[in-house]
Formats: sequence, structure tokens, C-alpha cells
Amino acid sequence: MKYSIFSLARAALSGHKTWQRTWRDATPKDHYDVVIIGGGGHGLATAWFLASEFGIRNVAVLEKGWIGSGNAGRNTTIIRSNYGLPGNTGFYELSMKLWERMEQDLNYNAMVSQRGVLNLYHSDGQRDAYARRGNTMRINGIDAELLDQAALKKMLPFLNFDHARFPVQGGLLQRRGGTARHDAVVWGYAHAASALGVDIIQNCEVTGFVRDAHGKVTGVETSRGRIGAGKVGMAVAGSSSRVAAMAGMRLPIESHVLQAFVSEAIKPLIPGVMTFGAGHFYVSQSDKGGLVFGGDIDGYNSYAQRGNLPVMEDVCEGGMAIIPMIGRVRLLRQWGGIMDMSMDGSPIIDRTPVDGLYLNAGWCYGGFKATPGSGFVFAHLLARDEMHKEAALFRLDRFQRGAMIDEKGQGAQPNLH
Amino acid sequence: MRIVCPFCGERELGEFTYLGDAKPQRPAADAGEDAVYDYVYMRDNIAGVMSENWYHGGGCRSWLKVTRNTLTHEISAVEAAAGAGAAKVGA
Repeated sequence: MKYSIFSLARAALSGHKTWQRTWRDATPKDHYDVVIIGGGGHGLATAWFLASEFGIRNVAVLEKGWIGSGNAGRNTTIIRSNYGLPGNTGFYELSMKLWERMEQDLNYNAMVSQRGVLNLYHSDGQRDAYARRGNTMRINGIDAELLDQAALKKMLPFLNFDHARFPVQGGLLQRRGGTARHDAVVWGYAHAASALGVDIIQNCEVTGFVRDAHGKVTGVETSRGRIGAGKVGMAVAGSSSRVAAMAGMRLPIESHVLQAFVSEAIKPLIPGVMTFGAGHFYVSQSDKGGLVFGGDIDGYNSYAQRGNLPVMEDVCEGGMAIIPMIGRVRLLRQWGGIMDMSMDGSPIIDRTPVDGLYLNAGWCYGGFKATPGSGFVFAHLLARDEMHKEAALFRLDRFQRGAMIDEKGQGAQPNLH
Repeated sequence: MRIVCPFCGERELGEFTYLGDAKPQRPAADAGEDAVYDYVYMRDNIAGVMSENWYHGGGCRSWLKVTRNTLTHEISAVEAAAGAGAAKVGA
């Protein structure tokens, strides 16, 4: 069905009882040209781009639970393209441009809101580093503005400008950044992909790979039977090592838990997305009024989808440092998701050493903003067997070659990225 | 999650720092690039019981070997890591 102001009006007149399911819950066929493992944002976006851009419509997306039940439904919904290193800068801007046309492309309201992303700085050194990053963005055609304290005082008068240790001196603003409704992104891609013939198969866990005499992957074993495939793409961030192990591969990835938080709803306070530069705290306000915020990963390997109290305390302290007035707001909900923490903090999109198997992994905690870009370049790789130019540096062998993309300069310690 | 340090007793998680999987061993100096690459970058990333290195920076400052289930966070054993300051305490 096509969504528009008219379909909304028609449904409203009939008491909203005429809405139909927006995508087909398919049963598996024997064989597909491409099978995508993982029904999150990245997997569904890949399937949609395969069908819409690359003409491959005999595609299945396999999801072990329900679509969007993993990290696609567990993030803080931030979109931005303010990266400083070659490899990341162009890729995230490609993704940002796809966010800007997503709702028209998919005919689905994903509530993409370019309300701005502001990174606060608290020292002269940090200002210089942000100025450099902003310049890097601008020479790559991305918007960035360095704001001083006077500008911020007009914009965000409630910030703790006179904090004794971490005074807010200014910030780097990307106005085109913002937020999107994470579940609607999943449903939107499912809606549009399903309409083009993609089979979305839920409650279908991959339990092994089918290989031919030469070792090539020719399908997958699942909890709903064997499914043949011309090519198999993995988009299972959080569980990449577990799925790769079924094909006999080890990856330069550790799985870590990242927590996110929502406060009770309050009146409109925070106009965009803000980040604390001296600790780790990022916050936006949802349209329902809750403050949506997060910080660092817990720091230890975990597949448990829940975290512990020290990080929760650290995140709340970060919030209090820049916005003391939120101290009286109560925490409403808290949850955890499992991140694919790669060894340099950047993603991996590549063929694997196993013929017929393709990898989309290592998103650390930057996966949500990358959803459309990741889907596009992964579909490009699956369809044409060559890397898209904006993802050409995300190779699996870059660690072996010493060609890391380490935005934070932390080295091979995944819990520090 | 709380860790029972063999020297300090049960302490809250915030006192500890995580290094990671205790399995990778530094290769010999002449082991070659592939062995070093494997040691530095590749991980089993176990979903289940894993042996890990933790540092008790907020307490006795000992390195500890913790056996922990990454699916449940359940800790089944904590002992002093060999070779670190903790081993001298035990000796």
C-alpha cells in the first residue's frame, strides 16, 4: 500500500481499522540468489538496495527473532556524518545523503529529523581538535560550524558553562545531523523491500553453512530447514563472531554491551543532539519528551544484552556535568545491546576468505547512523563483487596490512573505541 | 556484577579494569608477522565461559584471572594472574 496524506485521511475516517500489514511475513523458498543473515536495519537496507538499485529481487532476509529486535531497536537514534579520517568521512556522508531521501525512497515516515548534532568542547586543545575535524568535514563537502561560548549561551542557556573542571567553551555543530525513529527505519525498509519481492523470514535462525566440494558457500542450514543461496551476506553485528565461526572463521572483533537510557517525559528542552566532550555522554529528546541518552560501553565481553551499574553512574555523572538541571528527572528505562567492537573502531565490509560468503560487521557503536550507507555499499558488493568506492577502506585484511582506520587512536583494544 | 578478589574480598565492578581474553599469548620474538597479527587482532570472542584478565586498580592493584560466562555474566572462579604483582603476594 502507498502511504500519503490521503491514505491517512481515509484510514482516519474509518477509525484506523483499515490499515494493513506493511510487509509480508514470508515462508522460506528452496533457493535465493542472495540470502542476507540478519533482519536488522543493515540487513533489510541491503535487501532493499539489492532489489531497488541493483535489480536482484530473489532475495531473502533471515532473522532469528523478529526484525529490529537487536541493535536496530536498541540504539539512541542519532544520525550524523562528522568523522575525520579517510574511509569514514566519505562513507558516513554517503549514508547521511541517503538518510535525507530515505522517506521518499521508501514511502515510509521514518521521522528523520535534522535537528543538529553538537559536540561540546571544554579546553583550548579540544577546540583545536574540533576545528581540525570541522575543516576536514568542510573540505569533503560536509557541513560543520565551530561555535564559541557566546553562540552556545544563546542556543542552550541551560548548559553548565562555568563547570569548575570542564567549562563549556563552545562546540562543533553539524546542522544536518539529527535523529530518526529507529523502529520505523526497520519497518520502512521491510515495507519497501517486501513490496519489491524480498522475502523477510522471521524466527529463522541460521545454524550452519552449506558448502560444496570446493568449500564455496551454497546455502545455509536454518531452524526452518535448508535454504540454498547464490551468495550469502552476513549483517549480524553483535553476533558476527558466532556466525563466522560456523564457516570456520575468526574475526578481529569482540562483542561488548552498550547501555542506553530514557528518562521520564519532560517539556521540550534539548533542541538537537548534544555530546559532552570531557566524558562520554550524548543526549537528545524524543518527540514524546523523554531524554534519550547513553555513554561508554561497559568494557567487558558480553552477549547478555544487559549492563551494570558503574557505567550507568558514569553516564549520569556526564549528564549532570553539562546539564545540572536534569538531576531531578527520573530515569524511566534502561537497556543493553551487543556491539561488534572491531580492533580499530571502524566497520568491516568485505568478501571473506570463504567463497560465496560476504561480511558486514564491526560497527562498534556507530551502526545506526550507517544503516542506509551500509545497506547500499553491501548491496553493491553482493551484486557486483566489487567494493563501492566509499567503502573501499573497510577491508577485512586491513589489520594485517597495517591500514587501520582508528578514529580515536586507541590501538587494538576494542573496549576503548 | 561483583568480583571476589582473592586478596580483597568481594568488591564492586567499578574497582576493576578489563583487559580481555586471557588466552592469546605473546608470540616469541622470532615468530613472524602472522603470529603477531593473530595475537594482536584475532579473537575467539567466546559466547559462554571465558578466561579473562582483569586488573584490580581500585584495590590491591593485582592482575586477576577471572573465569566468567559472557552470556550470563556469572563468575565461576577468580585467581591471581601468573607473573604479575599478585603472584608475588601469593609467594
